[in-house]
Amino acid sequence: MTGKYIAMLIMVAIVTLGVIPSTFADEVVVYSARKEHLIKPLFDLYAKETGTKVRYITGNAGVLMQRIKAEGSRTRADILLTVDAGNLWHAADEGLFQPVKSRVLEKNIPSHLRDPDNRWFGLSVRARTIAYNTDRVSPEELSTYENLGSPKWKGRLVLRTSKKVYNQSLTAMLIVEHGLSKTEEIIRSWVHNLSTEPFSSDTKVLESIAAGQGDVGIINTYYFGRLMNKKPGLPLALFWPDQDGNGVHVNISGAGVTTHARHRDEAIKLLEWLSAPAAQTIFADSNMEYPVHNDAKLHSIVKSWGSFRENFINVSRSGELQAEAIKLMDRAGYR
Amino acid sequence: MIIRRLGSNLLPARPSAWRLFAALFAAAVMIPLSIILLSFTKPAGDVWRHLSQTLLTDLIINTLKLAIGVGTVTAILGVSLAWLTAVCEFPGRKFFTWSLFLPLAFPTYVLAFVFLGMLDYSSPLQILLRQHSLPTLSGFRSSWGVIFVMSLSLYPYVYLLARDAFSTQGKRALEAAQSLGHTKTEGFFKVALPMARPWIAGGLMLVLMEVLADFGAVSIFNYDTFTTAIYKAWFGFFSLAAAAQLSSILVVFALIILGIENSLRSRMQFTSMGRDAFRKERLHLGGAMKVFAVSYAFLILFVSFVVPVIQLILWTTASFRYEFSSRYFDFLGHSLVLGIITAAIICLLALILSYAGRHHPDILSSILTRICTMGYALPGTVLAIGIFIPVAAADGFLADAAGALLNVEPGPVLQGTIFVMVAAYIVRFMAPGFNSIDSSMRRITRSIDESARTLGSKGLPMLYRIHLPILKGGLFSAAALVFVDVMKEMPITLMTRPFGWDTLAVKIFELTSEGEWERAALPALTLILVGIIPVALLTRQADD
Repeated sequence: MTGKYIAMLIMVAIVTLGVIPSTFADEVVVYSARKEHLIKPLFDLYAKETGTKVRYITGNAGVLMQRIKAEGSRTRADILLTVDAGNLWHAADEGLFQPVKSRVLEKNIPSHLRDPDNRWFGLSVRARTIAYNTDRVSPEELSTYENLGSPKWKGRLVLRTSKKVYNQSLTAMLIVEHGLSKTEEIIRSWVHNLSTEPFSSDTKVLESIAAGQGDVGIINTYYFGRLMNKKPGLPLALFWPDQDGNGVHVNISGAGVTTHARHRDEAIKLLEWLSAPAAQTIFADSNMEYPVHNDAKLHSIVKSWGSFRENFINVSRSGELQAEAIKLMDRAGYR
Repeated sequence: MIIRRLGSNLLPARPSAWRLFAALFAAAVMIPLSIILLSFTKPAGDVWRHLSQTLLTDLIINTLKLAIGVGTVTAILGVSLAWLTAVCEFPGRKFFTWSLFLPLAFPTYVLAFVFLGMLDYSSPLQILLRQHSLPTLSGFRSSWGVIFVMSLSLYPYVYLLARDAFSTQGKRALEAAQSLGHTKTEGFFKVALPMARPWIAGGLMLVLMEVLADFGAVSIFNYDTFTTAIYKAWFGFFSLAAAAQLSSILVVFALIILGIENSLRSRMQFTSMGRDAFRKERLHLGGAMKVFAVSYAFLILFVSFVVPVIQLILWTTASFRYEFSSRYFDFLGHSLVLGIITAAIICLLALILSYAGRHHPDILSSILTRICTMGYALPGTVLAIGIFIPVAAADGFLADAAGALLNVEPGPVLQGTIFVMVAAYIVRFMAPGFNSIDSSMRRITRSIDESARTLGSKGLPMLYRIHLPILKGGLFSAAALVFVDVMKEMPITLMTRPFGWDTLAVKIFELTSEGEWERAALPALTLILVGIIPVALLTRQADD
């Protein structure tokens, strides 16, 4: 008899413990694929300015999404903050986000950098562009992404693995611009020109180009910034391709409010705060990225790279075509 | 009541509580495994077709290459070093005996990024060599590099278990062979080695399981294996079904390995603890062999431990200023706590499993054991989801009950607690724990039990006074191995950790995934320094 009562007591205790955390109203819970050192200062600032505490957990984008999905209606996440529009598109596709109608967000963020259905919003921009070895290549030899497949670059191209979502999004955008078969040709020609097996990180790509293992490669701008910060003497420079055509391929880091968010209004407020010029500068500066807000100030180093025409195709198409892009890269032998 | 029953049932004819516990545990382990296998029934059509057309052959070839390559190298390294330190005598033997275990403290993925950082084309070393027109190493970022790194990281498993065999039987086997007219070399290959085969097989099993399940090291090398394909299917194609199907293939590989190992293990001779008899009589090596032994042992130690540690120290001193923060004490604390809790629980469960197998040495026991230890071959990410889903369901049930009984809407109760993490760890790391304890258990022969009973000791007191001292070595090894494994664990922790429960392994991953290898050196070095302690304790047990 006593056993049964004890069991019930334990159950009640467990359940009560589950209840307590959810009654804290003044907080927002963020699941973030952006690393801790990039978000903590910003969230601390937000807590100081508004009094709302931001609790967060960091992780890999795909893993976080699966976690929110598995947690279902009982998820603790109010916001999913992640990198790459492909990931955001998938999160929306899986029903993880709810649409948010906010004039502030619509005003602050250009339309090609947010979901057409208002489920997610870009908060910073990164360009995936061409880097080259200044000792062996002059900028006149470079033109477009596709051009990297031409015979003159044989044995001189260095790329990151196709498994990284940034390259998947790049390929997806190429599919939008050129169609499936032409893009497969392009990717095949890239693979043909590789000087070495694809690397697991952009930084290694850059170091390889600097060391002379290759002469050109495709990387995200902030990796360039970080590396040059650490080792200023390297013979590397950025090139903005396709300025007469569609422009530089850009991608975003962004966020959306989860479908079962418990603190919906606080979440929207946080997003709006993050899209305002002051927070935008901090958000972008912390990783040498570009802010989405047109009026936010640029990091001095980022500014020194010069301005460029960016591709205005809505970034959500990266996600739409991600699966196709991966299959295409697999077929083309791009590891 | 149960306790009294245990005492009288130590050599039972009918099912005991041991078997019940073992069965319950196996059932619990089957839940995530079945969820993974059941996903095979969900149509993954498109994705599966694509993967099988473009990647599957390469995956199988690559996996086989790794399995054969790493298996061979670790076998050679482990057996040769074990023989030298367990049976022979040469200058520095005592030092090498324990120091050759040190690579256990190194996560394979850390060794991977350290060696790549040292030996890849753009590393400072290679740049220097090129500048002086010296010969350079090319093609490190290939299957050879992966085999090299994995072998250096995993040979201690074979080393540990082979030492176990040789220190009890090695010298004796040699003497027996010599008395029959064989030379020492013939004696080694014809008698000592075959007699040690079950132990060596046990060690190789652990190695191959680690190879199958590894994700960190192969990602850093960008080497395509099943784990990277599973990751791509799951997080690239968002097809849980395709990921699960690939996982099922891994499970089949694991079962095959387990099957082979089990059949070799069943031929294990149950010997008594006759170590003392020839503790002092070692095989003294003469002249050239002595030099060879010392150089060989030193070379392995140098390459697998000393050089990587030096590189890590260099990187740490460069990045310490901007990487270190007070949060590192939190990371360390979390790693320690998780390691200790898991080690304790696994030792307990492994004891139960082993006793169950001992009292019921039948097919059912070996099946139960196989199920319980299979988790070692599954990649952490896969296991995490396999556990996640039932936990989410359980949470749903509890929440509905709470809603009905108390009219409240509670947050997740089990999810996002360390309960899920530890449960996943237990399923994942049962194998190394069980292997050590079971090997010790087999030393307790029936005759020991019967003698004890005739002397009036039975039941739990017999467990304490007779069994436990004999099992102590195995328990220690198990606890140390599991502790180190949990501290190094990355995928499960990443996926299931509660808020603010970052560990050192998580930190390493975050930094290496951003290409920040120099910054990752700090948590890596911390992890290794902490890991050395249980490894050192482990070697005290293994030492003669």
